[in-house]
Amino acid sequence: MSIEYCMPSLGADMEAATLVEWKIKPGDIVKRGDVVAVVETDKGAIDIEIYESGCVERLLVAPDTRVLVGAPLALIAGEPAAATTSAVPTAPALEPESKPEPAPTVAPAMHGHVKISPAARTRAHALNIDIDKVHGSGPGGVVTLQDIESAATKPKPSASDSMKAVIAAAMARSKREIPHYYLSTDVDYSATMTWLTRRNAELPIEQRMLPIVPLLRAIVLALKTTPDFNGYFKDNTYKPSDAIHLGVAIAQRGGGLIVPALLDAQDQTLAQLTGNLRDLVNRVRAGRLNNRELSEGTITLTSLGDGGVDSLSPVIYPPQVAIIGAGTVRERAWASEGKIDARPVLTLSLAADHRVSNGRSGAQFLARIRDYLQAPEKL
Amino acid sequence: MSDELPVDRERVLQHLTQMLRIRVFEDRCAEMYTKGHIRGFLHLYNGEEAVAVGVMQALSADDAVVATYREHGHALARGVPMNALMAELFGKVTGCSRGRGGSMHIFDKSRNFFGGNAIVAGGIPIAVGLALAFKMQKRNAVSVCFFGEGAAAEGEFHEALNLASLWKLPVLFVCENNQYAMGTALARSEAETSIATKATSYRVSSQTIDGMDVFAIENAARDALTNIHAGKGPMLLEMLTYRFRAHSMFDAQLYRSKTEVEEWQKHGPLITFTKRFKERGLMTEDDYQRIEREASKEVDAAVQFAEESAFEPVNELMRFAQAETQP
Amino acid sequence: MTYREAIRDALREALKSDARVFLMGEDIGMYGGSFAVTKGLLAEFGEERIRDTPLSESAFTGAGIGAALAGMRPVVEIMTGNFSLLALDQIVNNAATLCHMSGGQLPVPLVIRLGTGASRQLAAQHSHSFEGWYAHIPGIRVLAPATIDDARAMPGLALKCSDPVLIFEHIGLYNMEGELTSSWPQADIEHAAVRREGSDVSLITYGASLFKCLEAADALAKAGVNAEVIDLRTLRPLDNETIFASVRKTHRAVIVDEGWRSGGISAEIAARIGESCLYDLDAPVVRVCTREIPVPYPRHLEEAALPQVAEIVASVQDMMGKAA
Repeated sequence: MSIEYCMPSLGADMEAATLVEWKIKPGDIVKRGDVVAVVETDKGAIDIEIYESGCVERLLVAPDTRVLVGAPLALIAGEPAAATTSAVPTAPALEPESKPEPAPTVAPAMHGHVKISPAARTRAHALNIDIDKVHGSGPGGVVTLQDIESAATKPKPSASDSMKAVIAAAMARSKREIPHYYLSTDVDYSATMTWLTRRNAELPIEQRMLPIVPLLRAIVLALKTTPDFNGYFKDNTYKPSDAIHLGVAIAQRGGGLIVPALLDAQDQTLAQLTGNLRDLVNRVRAGRLNNRELSEGTITLTSLGDGGVDSLSPVIYPPQVAIIGAGTVRERAWASEGKIDARPVLTLSLAADHRVSNGRSGAQFLARIRDYLQAPEKL
Repeated sequence: MSDELPVDRERVLQHLTQMLRIRVFEDRCAEMYTKGHIRGFLHLYNGEEAVAVGVMQALSADDAVVATYREHGHALARGVPMNALMAELFGKVTGCSRGRGGSMHIFDKSRNFFGGNAIVAGGIPIAVGLALAFKMQKRNAVSVCFFGEGAAAEGEFHEALNLASLWKLPVLFVCENNQYAMGTALARSEAETSIATKATSYRVSSQTIDGMDVFAIENAARDALTNIHAGKGPMLLEMLTYRFRAHSMFDAQLYRSKTEVEEWQKHGPLITFTKRFKERGLMTEDDYQRIEREASKEVDAAVQFAEESAFEPVNELMRFAQAETQP
Repeated sequence: MTYREAIRDALREALKSDARVFLMGEDIGMYGGSFAVTKGLLAEFGEERIRDTPLSESAFTGAGIGAALAGMRPVVEIMTGNFSLLALDQIVNNAATLCHMSGGQLPVPLVIRLGTGASRQLAAQHSHSFEGWYAHIPGIRVLAPATIDDARAMPGLALKCSDPVLIFEHIGLYNMEGELTSSWPQADIEHAAVRREGSDVSLITYGASLFKCLEAADALAKAGVNAEVIDLRTLRPLDNETIFASVRKTHRAVIVDEGWRSGGISAEIAARIGESCLYDLDAPVVRVCTREIPVPYPRHLEEAALPQVAEIVASVQDMMGKAA
């Protein structure tokens, strides 16, 4: 009994993707959750998982093929049985003991490590070709010299152009369908800054907390008591999410923007958030995000902290229902207890879906974030 | 014994000088070893001096000598300069093999001295080949091959004796039977303990000689060479001798008793020689003391030469793996 | 002319032109040579220079060393490389070391000819390829003539060399017929030869495997793969430059060796390519070697144990990612 494994939908805007690489071959046993292929989407290369278990019977699509969402990619036999492996073992006694391991039929997809021949790597470096973007045609998907030469002569599709198109479509849909409302509040950031400085002084450089992490943690904590901002609005109904998959807008090399999510942020300590954020940024640079990270965000934070603006009115990323904007932390005049002095101030803004929440609950949500940031020891 | 030369005072002092040079040299080597100037394996010839001296006296400059790893005595008796020998032991570039060989690999082509072979019996086929060349070249030369009684257990000994005999080659095989192959007594390793007897099975005529009697050795060698030059084929002389020192420097000598060593020392080549020729009025105690002093001075100078000599520069390391000149 | 006759002509020429040259070995005279290479030479040159020896590999090899030291130019024939193990002490401990141990005083201009290799159902003790072992040893040179030209040229070149030279003659080639080309006098014992030029993969081999590689290259050409074939000719010293130049051009290397894979000459070549050409490689170096068992007697098992054309072709196709 065969099951069709089809091109998954990784996002509301995804219509099709190009199969880049198979990580399975006929005869392999796969189980739910295995990464079985890499597809090139408008958002970049994504590892796709399988949700069935069984034996790979046949691969229906060759690499470099563009496949519509829902179209079959492979046939999986429900029973892990002999599929297409050779039934004729020829003279096994003659196999030399020291015969080298056959080259793995798939390239390991560790981020930052593409399986590529040394000659191809040297040539790619000389031609300034991003090897992550080159399809490997060699045994097991190895990128060969010929692949690099081909990539050098082929006009490269501009990734940033297609990314722009995706964002344009999503943002247009958002503004067309979602009734936004906007709130903002100023946060006295001095307590957080002092706390962050003191805490980082005790840590080795690689563990030091990024300035955005207290804000991430504050959002997570605030969401636990204001659930109307974490979930999806689909088919005219809002489904709040227990898990908080906190999307973070990250600039890409070349000017694009991508919004992968820190999955299950509700369970993460400050240290874990720091580590996972670093990892996410690294993988954005390497183009090695997985499909859940790109498709399952439940809320988004966008920060223009390095852009010099004080506040922003962000646009919700459908089907999410809220987005937090963070401006630049900078010294401003601050009145408190009858005095004016200079303090580091952060303006937080919230754009939320009026079909799900309202100004009052939005104000509460923002106030909670602010309260955490002013008492950072509670983070 | 037609070839025997008369034993006169001149020859007595000549033989004594050769044997004492070796004895003093070897004792100084032991000292230099304990001081760290000589390293590697060091096999000393004390007790066996009469063999090398006696045989070398019978040879001409055209004859070839192949020896073992206990070959300082053979080199000295053959005329290899003591300075070059000591420098070789010190690993210096002025050594006879530029320091590349050390104690076990003394070579001096100008004196037809072909080693210095540290594989037991490994030199025997080479000696056969030298003799083959001499025969084919119609040169009136003999190749003399020294080896211990332990070598008679190796296949190469038997192969080589057979080949030399089969082809009637001018080889003098000299077996230095010092009773022990390292620590294994002859009777513990050989069913037939007479090496001379083994030789006869290859129709190699052989003789057993008192290896402590330098004149008996010389005379036997002269007789053998006469026969070999006459085209009678190879000959083997088995010299019954004894090594007074340990096999090499690091040897506790568990395999033999001190009384056995002391008993042999009473019959050592220098003691018996001195006693005999003092009695016959051909040498005096003063002669002995003087010759020993002169030998000591020569060894002192050799040590100084070796100490002052340079090591070969490391940038010459890769030389000599192959011939430096091709025809 | 056969490969056998080419070697015989070379020996005859050397015997005629140099009085120092003589031959020595088991059954090279009356019998005419185990593989008939020396047939007729006894009658032509006499017993003094064509010397039948007892079955004493160590003694007559050592005698060759001694004769060389005394100014002769001996050519020792050891029936097969397998038997040379009985002379290993003389070859490795003496011939290879004397020049060095004596500080350059005693070069050993000795030539040793040995049959090598399988293909004639001679079973394990007559079929092994030990030339790779000998190529491990500093102080000796190791030659492996594959062509009629090289068979004709190499004995004379070896005799002109002041070092011990081992010439491994593949027993499967003795009957090979071919024409001596006019370029044989230009042969040398320093360089590998490019026997076929190609651009996609370098097949690196020597001895009888050369012809399997050439056949494989023909088959590959029909599938659109342009293979270069390198005949090493000399296993020690290895001609790095020719090997590296080829690999740098084709970016792929397959080493074909009738020796075993483990610790063999193929391992050495692969290591050198790895050391010097890693960044030129477009695929891992592949080796096609004899299976790691003693060579069996029956024809079908012997063939299965040895490198064969189909395996060479398949290896290349695998490494290029092209279906067979």
